[in-house]
Amino acid sequence: MAVLEVKNIGKHFGSTNVLDDVSFTLEEGKALAIIGSSGSGKTTLLRCLNFLETPDSGSITVKGETLFDADHPIEGQEKDLRTKRLHFGMVFQAFHLFPQYTALENVTLAEKLLAKERPDFKQKKKEIYGEIEAHGKELLNRMGLAERMEHYPHQLSGGQQQRVAIARALALQPDILCFDEPTSALDPELTGEVLKVIRGLAEQHMTMIIVTHEMAFARDVADQIIFMDEGVIVEQGDPKQVIDHPREERTRQFLTKY
Amino acid sequence: MFFSVTQSLLGGLWTTFQIFLFTLLFALPLGLILAFGAMSRWKILRGLVGTLVWIIRGTPLMLQLIIIFYGPGLWLSHNIWSGSEAGRITATVVAFSINYACYFSVIFRGGIEGVPVGQREAGEVLGMTKSQIFFKVTLLQMVKRVVPPMSNEIITLVKDTSLARIIAAYELTFAGYSFMKSSGITWPLFYTGVFYLLFVGILTLLFRYIEQKLSYFR
Repeated sequence: MAVLEVKNIGKHFGSTNVLDDVSFTLEEGKALAIIGSSGSGKTTLLRCLNFLETPDSGSITVKGETLFDADHPIEGQEKDLRTKRLHFGMVFQAFHLFPQYTALENVTLAEKLLAKERPDFKQKKKEIYGEIEAHGKELLNRMGLAERMEHYPHQLSGGQQQRVAIARALALQPDILCFDEPTSALDPELTGEVLKVIRGLAEQHMTMIIVTHEMAFARDVADQIIFMDEGVIVEQGDPKQVIDHPREERTRQFLTKY
Repeated sequence: MFFSVTQSLLGGLWTTFQIFLFTLLFALPLGLILAFGAMSRWKILRGLVGTLVWIIRGTPLMLQLIIIFYGPGLWLSHNIWSGSEAGRITATVVAFSINYACYFSVIFRGGIEGVPVGQREAGEVLGMTKSQIFFKVTLLQMVKRVVPPMSNEIITLVKDTSLARIIAAYELTFAGYSFMKSSGITWPLFYTGVFYLLFVGILTLLFRYIEQKLSYFR
């Protein structure tokens, strides 16, 4: 069964149609790569999934639960919206780590704040925080950052910062992890370490949506690929099929640039 | 003579200090509220705050002080401040708090808007509430940004307290001046200057300490 169903998403800013009738599904444990030139709507699509933008039309369903339906807008309670958001994790192009917190604190902050809403928080505060810390350390370990836990973001390289950001997004155990051009802000020699981490997640069958300009990576790692242009999905399918033998002229033109 | 001048100046310093402290105490939170007003979704509120800031920043603090101290007595034919020293200090604190809150609000707004949008969005996608994002993510970054401009304003406030002399509040400058008037000696004026220098010197050290405390992140 599809873990994510996106149906007929449309979004416009002013008179420009940024997304037009975008539909796709994603199976549990699969990685979806979204490619396309700048301004094709890829980032807006991710932002809609994470409720950073509100689509004008369409619906978003995760695990059978409709999180958003433009035809039946529910006046969202903040708490409601927050719960829906937690289905998705988001890794930004520019990392957006919190500069005043260490790597570990960045990873554990949201989890600690959420724990305050647990009914047993007051009695078991120490225990709960202990578990959260252990979980955060384990995540940073998996990111190869065991030696960097107490470092502040400005003391880390771009690649390390992005790996902390990935650990931070994983900490809340989202159903679907979104990456918005995770390596575009990195020096070429640092992209490798981030891509390696994402590849590792794909091998562990983390459900992911990756907006990227790294064609070789998308072709290798993704189970499914979407090519977008001017807010519409031009072509989607198997990555090797789409990248090596594109059916559409627009896809072919785009790929010649790589 | 030196002893009696010192004693008198210390008395003036106490008044100066009270004006300074209470003005900060009221103007800081009021400034933050005005800053939120200036960034509000409601156009009317933004307009009101904008107009207030324009009027307050556009007219002399001394004029505002005169109006606030003498105005009510003339309009209501009843002096709400009472003629006592405490009444004069209160009126000064009211005028100063409004004035400084307006300046602070602009600094706060700059500090809040200076924090990248990505910080808020990162908090949002991590399921934080609006208040958690403000207190746990934005606030400290904003504080770091506002400390240098705030230290300027707060040091200016120390010296602006001397304006209270216009409504005959016996603050530091008034105390020094009164010796010149009564005894024709000028050295207490320089001595008065030393008091201000020490006051501002301590504040400068304090701000340096705060800046240094916040230098662990960028």
